[in-house]
Amino acid sequence: MSSVGRYTRQTSLLSFGVDGQAKLADSQVLIIGLGGLGLPVAQYLNAMGVGTLGLVDNDTIELHNLQRQILYAEADIGKSKLTVTKVKLKAQNSETKIKCFDTFLTPENALTIIKDFDLIIDATDNFATRYLINDACVLLNKPFVYGALHGFEGQVSVFNYQNGPTYRCLFPDIPKKNEIPNCNENGVLGILPGIIGTLQALEAVKVLTGVGEVLSGKLLLFDGLTQTSQKINFRAKEANKDVTSLQKSYGFQNCAINSVTVEVFSGFKNEGETQLIDVRNIDEFENSNLPGAKNIPLKELEFSLTQINFEKPVYLICQSGQRSILALEILLALEPNAKIYHIIGGMNKMTSVCH
Amino acid sequence: MTILLFGVTKDIVGSPSLSIPTASITGRSIPKTVKELRIFLGKAYPELSKLSSLAVAVNNSYAQDEQQINSYDEIALIPPVSGG
Repeated sequence: MSSVGRYTRQTSLLSFGVDGQAKLADSQVLIIGLGGLGLPVAQYLNAMGVGTLGLVDNDTIELHNLQRQILYAEADIGKSKLTVTKVKLKAQNSETKIKCFDTFLTPENALTIIKDFDLIIDATDNFATRYLINDACVLLNKPFVYGALHGFEGQVSVFNYQNGPTYRCLFPDIPKKNEIPNCNENGVLGILPGIIGTLQALEAVKVLTGVGEVLSGKLLLFDGLTQTSQKINFRAKEANKDVTSLQKSYGFQNCAINSVTVEVFSGFKNEGETQLIDVRNIDEFENSNLPGAKNIPLKELEFSLTQINFEKPVYLICQSGQRSILALEILLALEPNAKIYHIIGGMNKMTSVCH
Repeated sequence: MTILLFGVTKDIVGSPSLSIPTASITGRSIPKTVKELRIFLGKAYPELSKLSSLAVAVNNSYAQDEQQINSYDEIALIPPVSGG
């Protein structure tokens, strides 16, 4: 499709112009997380003509995603977020170069994935990845646009921009497990990630084109219940720029090492000598299950240890891979030397691979 | 002294803001620095003192623990939030 006239409504803006458009076309932006925040960022940057978009996600689409992840449709349930997003973005703008990373960001892959991009979008849903993104971006000297949600509220800022402050200048230490509830536990109103993600996309455009004033050294606090926005000023602490290497663990080291993909598991399964524990509830298990799987619901796991033989490798599965991570943490705390793995993406991924 | 609450601090206190009496009618000491305020709030709401990275802003600027505060200041408690 010819691009003549495609961007005329924004190139006609005096302060943006054809120069702004050319800068977008030359830019490479990495979006980490294709959920409520990442999708509006991806859709707007793609529509507006950012040259290259990198996408990082390893999740599958679930029914309860649809109230806020509005790029996805009912027919997409069970499919990979990465694949569906790529197809829809290509249909929206065929000129964009799209690079897919079918993985979660880990301390092992973060630097390799991030290094080729000009700007990073933190659209994740957990502290471990947020601190990992911060440290990797400080190490590689990349700016990143932060957005995060809690209930009816959101936070936005641009970190590590032109020697400005970092995420750790606001929140120095990673919160301990269960200190702050996440969306899964706490809930989020469907529209909120749309608002915060769109604000992130706006900041991205400003960083890439130099238009306006970038939200650096300022934290935007948005409260949807009262329609109030507040900006908090904060300064860089030089000590936070001294990142010389990534931490080995951001609180999910066990998950990275003790995780297997569906494909890898399917290989092991045929060798025998493995135990597959399905930690979903009984009704979910009865609805569909894998051959040889033993059902021990997550809540009962701690009290059912005698049913597991820790001399043999143990594989944990649930619907999406969330509960199996919790199960992994429980079992590793009790049996640190046992070979215990959780299956990434769970039954959702298993079904989509088999098809 | 008005304290605006964000994120999980709003859930812990159960309200979007808090007011601390600035005259010591009860004889209890009034927090004069950010650090004293953290201790004061931690006693009233033990869950707050468990937060490992709780930012405090005074008049819309991030404040260090040693910063002085007074009754005219608008204070905000800003915890990290993780949702996406």
